[in-house]
Amino acid sequence: MPPSERQLLLDERAFARTLHRMALDILRQTPDPVPLVLVGIQRRGVELAVRLAALLAKETGAEVPRGALDITLYRDDLEVVGPRPLVGPTHLPVDLDGRVAWIVDDVLFTGRTVRAALDELADFGRPARIGLAVLVDRGGRELPVQADVVGERVPTSPGDKVEVFVKELDGRDAVEVVRGGGRP
Amino acid sequence: MKPILLRGARVLDPANGRDEVADLLLEGGLVKGIGRALGTPDGATVLEGKGLVAAPGFVDLHAHLREPGREDVETIATGARAAAAGGFSAVCAMPNTDPVTDNQAAVGFIVRQAGLAGFARVYPIGAVSVGQKGEQLAEFGELVAAGAVAVSDDGRPVATAHLMRTALEYARTFDIPVIDHCEDVTLSHGGAMHEGVTSTRLGLKGIPRSSEDVIVARDIALAALTGGHVHFAHVSTAGAVALIREAKTRGLRVTAEVTPHHFTLTDAACEGYDTNAKMNPPLRETGDLAALRGALADGTIDCIATDHAPHHYDAKEAEFDNAPFGVVGLETALGLALTELVEPGTLTLAQLVDRMAARPAAIAHLPGGALRPGGAADVVVFDPGQEWTVDPSRFFSKSRNTPFAGRRLRGVVRWTIVGGRVVHTAGDRPDAPDRSGR
Amino acid sequence: MSGTLGKDLLGLEHLSGDQIRLILDTAEPFKEVSERAIKKVPALRGKTIVNLFFEASTRTRISFEFAEKRLSADTVNVAASGSSVVKGETLVDTARNLEAMRIDMVVMRHGSSGAAKFLADRIVSSVINAGDGKHEHPTQGLLDLLTIRDHRPIAGTKVCIVGDVLHSRVARSNIWGLLKLGAEVAVCGPASLLPLGIEALGVQVFRRVEEAIAWADVINVLRLQLERMQTGYIPSVREYYRVFGVTMERLERAPRDLLIMHPGPMNRGVEIDSRVADGPHSVILNQVTNGVAVRMAVLYLLAGGNPELAEAAKGTSDR
Repeated sequence: MPPSERQLLLDERAFARTLHRMALDILRQTPDPVPLVLVGIQRRGVELAVRLAALLAKETGAEVPRGALDITLYRDDLEVVGPRPLVGPTHLPVDLDGRVAWIVDDVLFTGRTVRAALDELADFGRPARIGLAVLVDRGGRELPVQADVVGERVPTSPGDKVEVFVKELDGRDAVEVVRGGGRP
Repeated sequence: MKPILLRGARVLDPANGRDEVADLLLEGGLVKGIGRALGTPDGATVLEGKGLVAAPGFVDLHAHLREPGREDVETIATGARAAAAGGFSAVCAMPNTDPVTDNQAAVGFIVRQAGLAGFARVYPIGAVSVGQKGEQLAEFGELVAAGAVAVSDDGRPVATAHLMRTALEYARTFDIPVIDHCEDVTLSHGGAMHEGVTSTRLGLKGIPRSSEDVIVARDIALAALTGGHVHFAHVSTAGAVALIREAKTRGLRVTAEVTPHHFTLTDAACEGYDTNAKMNPPLRETGDLAALRGALADGTIDCIATDHAPHHYDAKEAEFDNAPFGVVGLETALGLALTELVEPGTLTLAQLVDRMAARPAAIAHLPGGALRPGGAADVVVFDPGQEWTVDPSRFFSKSRNTPFAGRRLRGVVRWTIVGGRVVHTAGDRPDAPDRSGR
Repeated sequence: MSGTLGKDLLGLEHLSGDQIRLILDTAEPFKEVSERAIKKVPALRGKTIVNLFFEASTRTRISFEFAEKRLSADTVNVAASGSSVVKGETLVDTARNLEAMRIDMVVMRHGSSGAAKFLADRIVSSVINAGDGKHEHPTQGLLDLLTIRDHRPIAGTKVCIVGDVLHSRVARSNIWGLLKLGAEVAVCGPASLLPLGIEALGVQVFRRVEEAIAWADVINVLRLQLERMQTGYIPSVREYYRVFGVTMERLERAPRDLLIMHPGPMNRGVEIDSRVADGPHSVILNQVTNGVAVRMAVLYLLAGGNPELAEAAKGTSDR
């Protein structure tokens, strides 16, 4: 089996620039920022949502509410994925009805996580619009899901891994691609 | 009947002080001779006894053969056959059948059924009280005349001190022992196992040792009062052992038995709610186990008895509280005794034969228990070293409820001879198609 | 740390501290689900769960039912009276018949100790013990642990169980759970209602409830069943209340943060005063809330997850 190869996709500065660009992109697609709310998907989507909210607040001068969503209980593969993954906290600070909710996640791949997030959000209320912002789109969709705001696109094969590191959890900001070279 | 010559076995007959390699000649249903180089009579069957032990056939003072009433789990025939497979040439049948053995017709029935079966001898034990109800004394004279060798209300204790007193006194007339199952029902009520840490952990109501000790003490006092002979069934506690030891020093006519499961297992066997570890009296703790073994060694406990108690598979396939008490034991007794008592040095082989043949026969005044020329040819020939694994599916008993399935034991019966006929040979297989439960 | 619990939850005695912590940690997010407007998540959608109750119990059964429904499972309630059990059908046959209808899990309460294990050994479906005789009531033990943990770390906390410990499966489960998580455990009650050899489990014994209250950080008060007098274990309810009742007077000198718990249902004025049950020390209602969350956690953890398939599926990072 050929050795796996680790590539640095975004270093710390590129990471920050990308986030900044994403924030502007979200604003551009949200004409009225008042009803804006960011919902980060556990885990690293939550940290990214916090950062984006801060960036948006700087641009608009107003606080952007942000929440966290754990989609474990809505996964379509709970049967298969055991031993049961631990469920993280979910909390939404505001009522979603009529709002423009942006789902924030670190990596978009098959699209199943987003599907689970949409189901879960539906149990909380009815936003006027839901947008999707992801730091990395690695292709490989299994469901008809698309991101409205993408930080970086990188084509990958099924055996590859895309790893996102955030200062708050991992001590550094970076995105790395591990080329698998074939399934173990 | 062809004569049998058993050649070169170690003949072990502690009742007559014999322990030597010798030939054993059985003719006409009797022991003809014991000695070196006995001649082979015409037409005799020659059995090779080299490396084997020949002893008087074992006598079990305590077995439940379930007939009449529960022929689905055992009959006198299958029980007698199982006894033979275990090396027993005689087994005593407890009276808690349905109907109870409390009259001469019932006793006669058992004698007849046993004769028809023709394996181990079956001696009926009559009830102490009519219907075992604990109220009215049964007619001991009638029972003994019909063939009963003792009386007991086993399954239950003799209900009151007054009843026990009159039973002991009345039994003296016929010189039979009163066998008591010692349990104070107000202390044991609802209990399913020994009361201790294990029962606390399992959440099961326990039967305290005192339940047995209290009645043992009662019966000893009554034996002193009446001069009667009380035989304590299935002793299980260190306290009972101490009481019996003391009573014997005073010269009272008390005797006692212990079962193989009580000298082998503790209440730890109940873990996981295994109903094959549920019996009455219950399995107790290591201190009791040690006391029981010591008592067998020093003779405080006179003999080993199986308390063979067959139960249907469906009955034992139940929640622990609801399962019946009791385990079978005829076919594992010798193996357990050799492995658990002789091998570790608690008993010598001679003492084992004494506890399984000579003493039980003496307690119930039965013929047998010894090999004397002119006496009945009841012999067990066994290999004390051969290892085997307990497989209940190969039992001759109709029932399978044993806690010893899969256990490795030492000691296999080669031949059991009753009245000069071989009634069991190692390698025999049970052939009855209608086995209980499976 | 993802220790599996195995097929069944029969008791806390044989679980490790890690496994117990896993269940408590898993219960936390389920508390949140019960606060939502839509109290439902699809995690157990399509699963069929049978509540098989051989002993009457409204509270525990309803708590399980809420837990099952909030996980979107389908629930069937079978009460022993009026079922084929009364007609003599054995426990095994009852369960096998249910299994033949392709159920996924059985939540069972039964009057015989060991009944849950008996069933679990004989059917393929997962079995959750909702109380077997006097043996264990693991979900009650777990929700009691969770309730304590809401207020203070369990390790080092002194918990005294007061009452009829001899006949209590709640007490046994509590003892196991608390010991495994490092609490100090004591029991208190009339000696005739304390099991023989209880100290051998690692538990202190207090003869008087005043001593227990002075010592403990948490008091878990057990219900006194009135049959105990009929069967001669204690002379009267009045005497029990006078000697062992947890009353406001007895709590007067207790520290502010002493917790009072009770598995319910309460005999007000027997083992516990109304003013105590409704007072500042009481966390009894929290126990009830936590009960649903803990039961959701247990159902969730037992309801599936095939480790072999999981290994195979690990290649795809599902995002």
